[in-house]
Amino acid sequence: MIENALGIPILSILILIPLLGAGALFFFPNGQKEAIRSTAFGVALVNFVISLILLFYFDSSTYKMQFVEKAAWIPGIGVEYFLGMDGISLLLVLLTTFTSAIAILASWSAIEERVKEYMIHLLILEAGMIGVFVALDMILFFVFWEIGLIPMFFLIGVWGGPRKLYANIKFFLYTLFGSVFMLVGILALYYAHGTATGEYTFNLLKLYEVSYPYNLQWWVFLSFFLGFAIKVPVFPFHTWLPDAHVEAPTAGSVILAAVLLKMGTYGFVRFNLPLLADASRAFTPFILVLAVIGIIYGAFLAMAQKDIKKLVAYSSVSHLGAVMAGLFALNQQGIDGGVLQMINHGISTGGLFLVIGMIYERRHTRLISDFGGIARVMPVYSALVLIIVFSSIGLPGTNGFIGEILILMGLFKTSATATVLAATGVILGAAYMLWMTQRVVFGKITKRENLNLKDINAREVLTLLPIIGLIFWIGIYPKHFLSLSSASTARIAEIVERNAPKAERAERAAHVEGAAHHTDMNETGHAEAHGGTH
Amino acid sequence: MEFTFLIPLLPLLGATVNGVIGSKLTKRAVGLIACLVMGAAFLVSVATFYKLMLLPEAERSVVVSFFTWISSGAFSVDIAFLIDPLSALMILIVSGVGFLIHVYSTGYMHDDKAYWRYMCYLNLFVFFMLMLVLGSNYLVMFLGWEGVGLCSYLLIGFWYEKKAASDAGKKAFVVNRIGDFGFILGLFLLYWSLSDLGAASLDYKTVFENVHLIDPAILTLIGLLLFVGATGKSAQVPLYVWLPDAMEGPTPVSALIHAATMVTAGVYMVARNNALYSLIPHVGNIIASVGIFTALFAATMGLVQNDIKKVLAYSTVSQLGYMFAAVGVGAYTAGVFHLMTHAFFKGLMFLGSGSVIHAMGGEQDMRKMGGLHSHMKITSVTFIIGALAIAGMPPFSGFWSKDEILWEAFEKGHVVIWAVGLLTAGMTAFYMFRQVFMTFTGECRADDHTKHHLHESPSSMTVPLIILAVLSAIGGIIGIPFFEEGTAAHQFLNPVFGHGGHEVHAEAAGAGHGSLEFILMGVSVAVGLTGIFLASLLYYAPMKKYAPSFWRPESIASGFKGLHKLLFNKYYIDEIYDYLVVDPIKRFCDWCLSFDLGVIDWFVNFAAWFTRLTAWASHKFDIYIVDGLVNSMSTLVTYNSTIWRRLQTGYLQNYALVFVVGVLIIIVRVLLG
Repeated sequence: MIENALGIPILSILILIPLLGAGALFFFPNGQKEAIRSTAFGVALVNFVISLILLFYFDSSTYKMQFVEKAAWIPGIGVEYFLGMDGISLLLVLLTTFTSAIAILASWSAIEERVKEYMIHLLILEAGMIGVFVALDMILFFVFWEIGLIPMFFLIGVWGGPRKLYANIKFFLYTLFGSVFMLVGILALYYAHGTATGEYTFNLLKLYEVSYPYNLQWWVFLSFFLGFAIKVPVFPFHTWLPDAHVEAPTAGSVILAAVLLKMGTYGFVRFNLPLLADASRAFTPFILVLAVIGIIYGAFLAMAQKDIKKLVAYSSVSHLGAVMAGLFALNQQGIDGGVLQMINHGISTGGLFLVIGMIYERRHTRLISDFGGIARVMPVYSALVLIIVFSSIGLPGTNGFIGEILILMGLFKTSATATVLAATGVILGAAYMLWMTQRVVFGKITKRENLNLKDINAREVLTLLPIIGLIFWIGIYPKHFLSLSSASTARIAEIVERNAPKAERAERAAHVEGAAHHTDMNETGHAEAHGGTH
Repeated sequence: MEFTFLIPLLPLLGATVNGVIGSKLTKRAVGLIACLVMGAAFLVSVATFYKLMLLPEAERSVVVSFFTWISSGAFSVDIAFLIDPLSALMILIVSGVGFLIHVYSTGYMHDDKAYWRYMCYLNLFVFFMLMLVLGSNYLVMFLGWEGVGLCSYLLIGFWYEKKAASDAGKKAFVVNRIGDFGFILGLFLLYWSLSDLGAASLDYKTVFENVHLIDPAILTLIGLLLFVGATGKSAQVPLYVWLPDAMEGPTPVSALIHAATMVTAGVYMVARNNALYSLIPHVGNIIASVGIFTALFAATMGLVQNDIKKVLAYSTVSQLGYMFAAVGVGAYTAGVFHLMTHAFFKGLMFLGSGSVIHAMGGEQDMRKMGGLHSHMKITSVTFIIGALAIAGMPPFSGFWSKDEILWEAFEKGHVVIWAVGLLTAGMTAFYMFRQVFMTFTGECRADDHTKHHLHESPSSMTVPLIILAVLSAIGGIIGIPFFEEGTAAHQFLNPVFGHGGHEVHAEAAGAGHGSLEFILMGVSVAVGLTGIFLASLLYYAPMKKYAPSFWRPESIASGFKGLHKLLFNKYYIDEIYDYLVVDPIKRFCDWCLSFDLGVIDWFVNFAAWFTRLTAWASHKFDIYIVDGLVNSMSTLVTYNSTIWRRLQTGYLQNYALVFVVGVLIIIVRVLLG
């Protein structure tokens, strides 16, 4: 069953295109590297364009799921093939398709071995990530979640650095460990919903409708927390991240930072907050403590690093702590900021990993002490690095500022103490990033190898330009992005802020709906209300 | 006044053009673009000013909104400008002085290979500075606030190959961020307090209309937090430490950013928030105390510096302290007036020092200068005009503005502030003329090579000097307090600062100051003259012979050895900060790293190891226990079978024997039974 303005299963197409592309690549002869690269990039680009088309048909005035597709999958136990997207999903899908294309572009000259297999893995990964963000059936979500792991495992394991085995197994098993708990939580909800309504289903929208007893919420929250927190990663589950980043090839790091980590924060905002509102409120102090520790501790760790990639990896711990703090501010400003900061972090940290990859390709080292004075030999590169660094430290005019200010603003209302501590992260962020920049980009050239470094070429500039563009676009006119998800974030904030029981909640929601001028998009809602599994 | 968007946009345009294609353009074109956009921005500012003045006084507050910038739920902020007398004055200063410094830079930076990058940054700075003063809400102000910090960082570290320069840039940025941290928290507190009152907004208008409803204790906190931001940006104690280091940047940058405009942003901010601060006079007292303490503290360090720019840097910190003392006691007009005259004379002096450094081939140590007057008359004369202005000599601009601050402090009952301000004024006159005498009079102490190359700077540099000298000389006109209706500055700024009803009357009443003011004026002129006189005894050759024996540089230095060392080493404040803040942070970083690897990651690895151990144990258990059990079963069976197998020999006679024996046993059993 397809319910959308386009009349075609657009979300399935988004997932299928990279898979088909991967399938097609399979038949390419190994030697035709250039053809393989171009095809892979073409596929990713087409997918990106299609995801852009979604923007035109997307109705941002509603939090309801759009472009919905539904088909029975395992009817016996109520598992469906059920896809749909709201503004939050849309932003993350756009981030995914964008990052995937950029990642392929960034692998052009970095990957020379087994190019075909590499590209196939990247495309399968893209499909898995998109699936995670559009799946509305919890089992389907879980399947996509796990699918994403496998190509990443190979990307690090085959094309990774010297300690790839250790890092890879750590990454894989750690995530897997968390997801087992998540599965238990999903099953608990499934039975709770079944007992309460007599209908056993993994349909997320139906699961939303039931108010679960507090005890159950508490345990399910904890199980989801383990699954998502490891992925984010929330302190103290973060130690796999620096290892994975350091060993992963550039594109792997870019995708890991830009998209894979967001699967964790997405999980919180999609499941924990709206499904388990009471438990979310109860867990808020606990999460804020971890988030704030993550912000400050991650920043201090970043400051102590000697390897640029590790520094950026730890800065991710800090930034994602801020995202978590924003989401668990439990008000619209915080959640808006958290969601936007997911995108921002994808752009700026993805960008940082890209520029690190470029310098690594030239010098085959990532030690800060091996550089210095690069601005003289690579002026264009250095200018772009500076812009990305400024975005990362949240300077006004760049995207990072908007996310940061909304997060802190929302957080302040919930906890002034947490805000004071989180805001110190802003100072520390400036300190370690500028210190790194100073040691790498500025100063005199002290190493002879750096004297003949070539500035970045046209392809590399092309890789970075969209990122620079987005940095300023979001920084100057964030409305285009904020307004996409605002209906959903408002809805989530409303659910989680309210202490009222669910029945009343549904009633009030219906009232709001009646008052609002929903026209065609209401069909989705009706389809949801009446088109159950029966 | 929609056209006001051009004011910041023009410099931004210049920055963009020079930033993107500047490296391919000729220096002439780059300079032309940068100066043209600044000139145009200045003209638009003049037009804005003019249009504002055409409005009746009560309506001189125009908000021009362009688009919604950030919006989330009930929170919404526009990119919007507020045109009122305060912002109109500020854009005139910023674009006007900015334009002159751009022109000057075309001469000063002409031989630099990254000329285009310099012009790009300088334009960008002006853009952010104009956003800061034009914004009609706190967030646009904050955009400019952080943006000027960024440009300051880029320009201080402009000669990035020099470690001291990039260190100084980073220090400036990080210290500023500490201030911004307070500022932003103040904004949040302000916003949510207003939100609770149903007036959630960060627009000045809404905020100032409702600010009196906020609980005074919270308002105090807000006022203090915002002031923390000001101490960072405007280099006040304890966050002033970045400004002296910032002198590593090119000298026109020091003139524009670290004297005339950016560092005054904090003063502007407090003046802009006069509606807020007039509700919490006790915070005003704190501001004034910090300000006047900074003024004195920085002046003491200025007494002994030998670097021509460092003297000016400390004097800037000191003069900024004056401005805070003024706005702190509620004399907003006086503070803003001094901000303006300071922009003229300190901009002038920095540019003059640049001209000197230019002529000296980069030398900044005043001990190696001397007698430069004969080589560069324009620079010398204009510099001395600046020095007279800052020393508070009538009728130069600094006299009027400084005196108004002192007078208002005295009149409002802050006698201590007045006294310390007076002492500082004396010290200022002293070290400024120490500088003048060391640089321009006496024998030239430079080496022959330098001496040979001494020359006056090109007209692109001297013309701005002359214009600024004229402004420094006569810029005080708007603050001459001898008219019945108060000073022109008061009249002009009244719509902005006229919030607290009685305050207006007090200031208006201050117009007819009376004889006490003349007496105080005389006192401060006398103090200034004394400072100049004492300096001349030490450093001006024709006067040296009149100096008593204890008043010679050597004897003072030896007599107050400890004090001199303390001052010369800037009270060791940098070292103390390093020891108390920077080093512990570095140590803590390393500690975190070992904690992360040694504890947290250890647990993860331990879990993995433990899993493997369990696996190994299971393996062994499987082999020896589970499988062992199975195997022992079979062994048992085998063993048993070997026993029982003996029975099954396959020989018939054995079976027959057993059979017979068995039958016999049965028979016997039956018979006996």
